[in-house]
Amino acid sequence: MTRPVLLTVEGLTKAYPGVVANSDVSFSIGAGEVHALLGENGAGKSTLVKMIYGLVKPDAGTMTLRGAPYAPPKPGVARAQGVAMVFQHFSLFDALDVAENVALGMEHPPKMGALAERIRAVSLEYGLPLDPVRLVGDLSAGERQRVEIIRCLLQDPKLLIMDEPTSVLTPQEVDILFQTLRKLASEGTAILYISHKLEEIRSLCDAATILRRGRVVATCTPRDKTARDLAEMMVGTVLTPPARSEKPKGRVLLEVTRLSVRSPSAFGTALKDISFSVHRGEILGIAGVAGNGQDELLLALSGELRSPGGSVKIDGEDMGDRGPNDRRRAGLVAAPEERLGHAAAPDMSLTENALLSGAERRGLVSGGFIDWAGTRAFAEEVVAAYDVRTPGVGVAARALSGGNLQKFVVGRELSQDPAVVVVNQPTWGVDASAAAAIRQALIDRAMNGAAVVVISQDLDELLEIADRFAALNGGRLSAPRPTQGLTVDQIGLMMGGAHGMEVAHHGA
Amino acid sequence: MTFGGIDPALLIASLMVASVPIMLAAIGELVVEKAGVLNLGVEGMMIIGAVCGLAAAVQSGSPVVGFAAAAAGGAALALIFAFLTQTLLANQVATGLALTLFGLGLSSLIGQGFVGVKPPQTERLTFGPLTDLPFLGKVLFHHDPIVYLSIAIIAAVWAVLKYTRTGLILRAVGENHDAAHALGYKVQRVRLLAILFGGAMAGLGGAYISLIRVPQWTDGITSGAGWIALAIVVFASWKPWRVLLGAYLFGGITVLQLNLQAAGARIPVEYLSMSPYLITILVLVIMSANRGRGAIGAPASLGRNFHASR
Repeated sequence: MTRPVLLTVEGLTKAYPGVVANSDVSFSIGAGEVHALLGENGAGKSTLVKMIYGLVKPDAGTMTLRGAPYAPPKPGVARAQGVAMVFQHFSLFDALDVAENVALGMEHPPKMGALAERIRAVSLEYGLPLDPVRLVGDLSAGERQRVEIIRCLLQDPKLLIMDEPTSVLTPQEVDILFQTLRKLASEGTAILYISHKLEEIRSLCDAATILRRGRVVATCTPRDKTARDLAEMMVGTVLTPPARSEKPKGRVLLEVTRLSVRSPSAFGTALKDISFSVHRGEILGIAGVAGNGQDELLLALSGELRSPGGSVKIDGEDMGDRGPNDRRRAGLVAAPEERLGHAAAPDMSLTENALLSGAERRGLVSGGFIDWAGTRAFAEEVVAAYDVRTPGVGVAARALSGGNLQKFVVGRELSQDPAVVVVNQPTWGVDASAAAAIRQALIDRAMNGAAVVVISQDLDELLEIADRFAALNGGRLSAPRPTQGLTVDQIGLMMGGAHGMEVAHHGA
Repeated sequence: MTFGGIDPALLIASLMVASVPIMLAAIGELVVEKAGVLNLGVEGMMIIGAVCGLAAAVQSGSPVVGFAAAAAGGAALALIFAFLTQTLLANQVATGLALTLFGLGLSSLIGQGFVGVKPPQTERLTFGPLTDLPFLGKVLFHHDPIVYLSIAIIAAVWAVLKYTRTGLILRAVGENHDAAHALGYKVQRVRLLAILFGGAMAGLGGAYISLIRVPQWTDGITSGAGWIALAIVVFASWKPWRVLLGAYLFGGITVLQLNLQAAGARIPVEYLSMSPYLITILVLVIMSANRGRGAIGAPASLGRNFHASR
């Protein structure tokens, strides 16, 4: 099938101080084509699409849109020429309603009343129902994404850029999104689809351009390749899946009984009546769409949120109403999702950050005085054992890349010989090889006799490492089930299905 | 008709007058905060407005020129704040406090030559038969133009924020500056304009004190009105008409305090002068107890500096 070429990119280059984000990138995309942009974090995908959308100016290179030179100085110009973008981190305003949010993304929005009507009409036509008067802050992640997509569709785009659109969706919501995208493509809209979820790309995309360290390393038709081939093209090396051996499970190390706590934040989710237990040597995976209580669960387990006595037991000892230090002493370590500001103090050195969580279990403080030599040795041990790329342990946590800091934070907790490990999003924003290393470290910890709880939105990750699987939905936890034999459909239902979206594609 | 030596018509009329400076400063600060900027320099911008207004009015003999100069003076001081916080990304709280101290010092320097000088008088408007109405005429229809202007500004700010695209963009910038930037809006430019508007309004409010309320110059003439204005914005939970309400409430307390003193009441004045702040603390407590709604009131990016990173 040959299509008229819509957009051609030739020799695009963009350098930031100290790093070349894009170097001589060229590709083209035809009308009605779904084109994947593949690459690890930091490969330069986001910079590339920001140049196409007019947010960033290229240092060199040219773009051609429908045969005419194209160099948008700002997003407004790009939108006027039919280029629209759905952002990875939603570009939405919580305190404004849906119609206002849509209007902000348009150059010449109609009157609010007329706009609300059009939002209703277009959203139904594409199977993405939306109520224009609702506040965006009250919407679920899937609904928020619909706002972004509708905002683009109202401008009748010729090219729709989607930056990792499925990372916040349940499998059912992904299906709905894909139906919408296929309908758009069949109407002649080109879609530039950024993701690192390979199976999605294989099922959706007509062509793929693969980036590594800012350069195009390959182009291919994703359907003709296996997911493994694609991953190896992205990473440039051969990947080995985490290895583990079966071992009988031991006694219960973490027991949570009827845990209910309120969320500390205004838009957070309260935990409702959560019960589960994790055995020695076992990994429990907890899935769920963002904002369904994951953060609160980590806080309640780490001790930052206190709960009534008896609801959290660590190795048989009641820790429900104890704080983080008591729980650390009892053997529980935790690594929260937010690296900068929660897991690590951004402006403090790695040594100081090592002290903050390791003081208790590694005995780095005596009589109120800090054992700096011991602390430095501990930090260096973590850096060496977990392959953290840093000039030294004296640099500020902020200076490390996301993946390296994540390795440090997870490594710091795992090096404290814990009985119970709780991690939230252990490989969020981490490149594939570092992610594999972190997963392996978690498995090794379990093999060495710890009970591990992994909270993650990455289903593939959970299926890969977890022995048992449960999902958080609206602050409630489904009953844990053995991971083996679970289907994606069952998992999707545990995660809450499509959030009332079952009728969306009725008869489509 | 008087109660304990206090005439209600006069009381309400003087309440409307007393509330003008804090109302103007507060509505300006509301716009600034809606754009996501916390400018604690209101007091400094007011007193600069007061001294510029007085000086210009005395030199030119025209109160109109005085008010225009006051707005320009307030905006000029605000421009320093804008440069420091928007371009150099200085901390907003520290910069705002410094602005207040700077304004107080600079104003007493400029004001040295004007101590004891009387500014030209601003005439009150009359509305013919309306002004002759019993009670209402005295309360509503016999004021100087700035009283009506301040109410008109409240209405205009309300309408702009609620119904126009300009207002929507301003709110968007204050709500989530990263998203606004991603959509192609000029965050810094919007904030600069909002800060200048806030400065001009504070300047007008200050000049109202030095040209009409206390028509003369003394050091520290604004005596904390800027801080009350800041309190009113929070009290009003960032809604324009509630600024009017808050200004009348706090202005009313000031007037009542004077009247009670004159009438020889036994309540110590200090209780009344601390009451605006007590009320603000109370409102804040109530608002934060009712978390969800309070969170929606305050612009989410308030006080956070914006830097367009990659």
